[in-house]
Amino acid sequence: MKRTSILSRKALALAITLGLITGAFTGCASKDSSLAANKDSAKSVAITNVSYDPTRELYEQYNKLFQTYWEKEKGQKVEITQSHGGSGKQARSVLEGNEADVVTLALEGDVDELRKAGLIEDGWVNEFPKNSAPYTSTIVFLVRKGNPKNLKDWDDIVKSGVEVITPDPKSSGGARWNFLAAWAFANKKFGGDEAKDKDFLKALYANVSVLDSGARGATTTFVENGQGDVLLAWENEAFLSLKEHPDDFEVVTPSLSILAQPSVAVVDTNVKKHGTEEVSKAYLEYLYSDEAQRLEGQNFYRPSNPDILKEFSSTFNLDIELVNIDDDFGGWAKATEKFFADGAIFDEIYKK
Amino acid sequence: MKEKIVKVILILLGGAFLIIMLVLPLATVLVYALRQGFETFSKAITDEYAVKALHLTLLATGITVIVNTIFGVFAAWTIAKFRFRGKQALTTLIDIPFSISPIIAGLVFILVFGRIGWAYPLLEAWDIKIVFAVPGIVLATIFVTFPFVSRELIPLMQAQGSDEEEAAALMGAGGFRIFFKVTLPHIKWGLLYGVILCTARSLGEFGAVSVVSGHLRGKTNTLPLHVEILFNEFKLTAAFSVSSILVLIAVIILILRNIVEYRVKREER
Amino acid sequence: MFHLKKNSGMRKNNVIPGFGLSMGITITMLSLIVLLPLFSVLLTLSGTTFNDFWRVVTDEQTVATYKVSLSCAAIATTVNVVFGILLAWILTRYQFPFRRILDGLIELPFALPTAVAGISLTTLYSGKGWIGGWFDKIGIKISYTTVGIVIAMIFIGIPFVVRSIQPVLEKLDPQYEEAALALGASRSRIFFKVVFPEILPAALTGFGLAFARCIGEYGSVVFIAGNIPYKTQITPLIIMNKLEQFNYAAATSIALVMVIFAFILLFGINLLQARINKIARG
Repeated sequence: MKRTSILSRKALALAITLGLITGAFTGCASKDSSLAANKDSAKSVAITNVSYDPTRELYEQYNKLFQTYWEKEKGQKVEITQSHGGSGKQARSVLEGNEADVVTLALEGDVDELRKAGLIEDGWVNEFPKNSAPYTSTIVFLVRKGNPKNLKDWDDIVKSGVEVITPDPKSSGGARWNFLAAWAFANKKFGGDEAKDKDFLKALYANVSVLDSGARGATTTFVENGQGDVLLAWENEAFLSLKEHPDDFEVVTPSLSILAQPSVAVVDTNVKKHGTEEVSKAYLEYLYSDEAQRLEGQNFYRPSNPDILKEFSSTFNLDIELVNIDDDFGGWAKATEKFFADGAIFDEIYKK
Repeated sequence: MKEKIVKVILILLGGAFLIIMLVLPLATVLVYALRQGFETFSKAITDEYAVKALHLTLLATGITVIVNTIFGVFAAWTIAKFRFRGKQALTTLIDIPFSISPIIAGLVFILVFGRIGWAYPLLEAWDIKIVFAVPGIVLATIFVTFPFVSRELIPLMQAQGSDEEEAAALMGAGGFRIFFKVTLPHIKWGLLYGVILCTARSLGEFGAVSVVSGHLRGKTNTLPLHVEILFNEFKLTAAFSVSSILVLIAVIILILRNIVEYRVKREER
Repeated sequence: MFHLKKNSGMRKNNVIPGFGLSMGITITMLSLIVLLPLFSVLLTLSGTTFNDFWRVVTDEQTVATYKVSLSCAAIATTVNVVFGILLAWILTRYQFPFRRILDGLIELPFALPTAVAGISLTTLYSGKGWIGGWFDKIGIKISYTTVGIVIAMIFIGIPFVVRSIQPVLEKLDPQYEEAALALGASRSRIFFKVVFPEILPAALTGFGLAFARCIGEYGSVVFIAGNIPYKTQITPLIIMNKLEQFNYAAATSIALVMVIFAFILLFGINLLQARINKIARG
């Protein structure tokens, strides 16, 4: 008698707890599974685009453009959910189970992590034209109006007394491009003497007063909180700040910079699960259309279509010497290992 | 006379500390929220995504408070009314979420339910999504505020002793009856206080939720995350406007807390 | 929130029903929500050898973040203990205008989202802010330095100390103080000889809780810290950085160190509290 009552109490305890917990989260979980019912043939379809920080404005406009296009083309409404954050963080969330249909990230390396995890099929780089980079950008300097410290090129910003703002290459895609651009400049200047390159970068990062975790954070630190003399920024980010505060800043293009190719890819595993292969692929393909390319130009990304790029020659400095990651650094895998892995060059320059 | 000077100095010091550390940051939020006029402010807070984020925040807070209150009452009952080995360890384990970095709190759920987690194949088989969906946000919020109610109740119930409960039990009353008739009247204000704090903390949780959210606009963005997004969109004014809703809710909650405390003190008299 | 009510004693008893049920629910929920997820930290680390683990957690840069986190938390918490005692004292002993409002504000850091706190503190203390601008003129920078980290930590730690001490002060009979005063002791002497020993245990509890919270804090600190390695990088941030590099083993290794540290700290606090209760009971 006593024994059964203990048992039944234990059972009751277990039941209440389990009920509470499952109730707490399965109750509201059911909503999302409707996504799986997406079919390309259905009246409407929903996709998720996981992107990085500075593309917010671009995709806000592009999504409208694509929605109109797709409805005209297929008679189907597309609902697009956007997610933005630091490029590495965003890639990681997809890797951990954030079910993006497409990723539009800052680095080929970040997309490649998803391939390594088996979410994206091999050969994704060649799935879309121009290495799957519909628009490109580069790294420029944003300085305060009148350029009071007279910063023209990379040598100027390593001088003592200059305060530099750039995000942390460990967590930000943009910051890696910054680092590599500076390295490329030093490498050219010192004729390939890597010890001197390292000293150059050491001097540069000794001037850095804030290493934000993402490109947007760095811009806010420089623009809104008034920190630093120069911000190493994406070209599009610099022009955007200029547009918002035309009287406070100037954009300076250094003599040499890097061709930044933000990568786009369809997340194969997820689109198969959601049944959104066709629309996801079209979503990225349409980024190469003339209308979209112009939109990218208006948002200060360099269109990959050379004819349309020329239409924006008054905005962009097209004479800048651009190195690129494949020819000059042997691709992202090598660059990451050499510069940004734990204990690699970036860590070394911070050691005393 | 000297005593009076000391008093004034102490009050001024304390007041200055609170003004610099608490009131000014709060004032910053409100001033920035309204610096572009009321129209920008109301536009920011009635924005579709802001409203959706508010709904999600309220949903997560509601579930969290219910779960943690139930847990808190049972845990306090166990710890305060009975003697057993390992009580110290149990109390410490319950308190753990309190001192764990929110980052780690979020990370552990990724390590369980994420694509790399050990429970993932199971979830996949049943087609359940936990992290990067609403349940993950709820779960992370529950974790972070787990000890809030129990920590409030345990000292109160211990102080109360268990004589009355024992008497009731000897007269043949059942457990739930004893709780509702004997214990609850003594602890109701403490319980309410715990619930209020738990609510306040749930509304504002940022770190842990940020790790498990995935930042899907209109789907898994809570209000604090929405603030961060607006901040990152250079919409500083909008960010502060949305923050001011959170500040407002916080202030209302704290006023409630004050009323509760006032009633407790009056009852004690 | 952290009342140290004097314990009137628990007798050994088996009379009250519900032990099995309440213990069952407590343990089950605790396991499912807290322990099982935490256990997965160990599970993730099962593939890591101890040497790797040790190398990661004693890496120079990681150790530097411990130093930053611990020293900033120690300074912030010490400031909080001093001002916490002061605030608890004026809130319980004096009557003055706005007292109730001040009292109500104490929990604000709990209720305010850490991101909002971080953003507004950074704005306030940056070179362009109301307070930061003033300091900027005399050449002191607050945002993006360790001072900024300390300020964010003070902000989040305020309620812990005040709310630990306040109930004790309220219970403390002013008669003793009056008696001592009548005997000719000076005010400050009374405070240090009569009042201070009484509130010391509560102050220590508050210190421990605030300290633990400060070390783990991410949301508000990350906005105001400059995040420079070896200088203004805190431990939660380096965990985040390891994650960004898809290095789960390293991230969980450091996380484990923090969890163990938190557990020891809390266990100490709880022992202290139990001891106080025992002394109080005689």
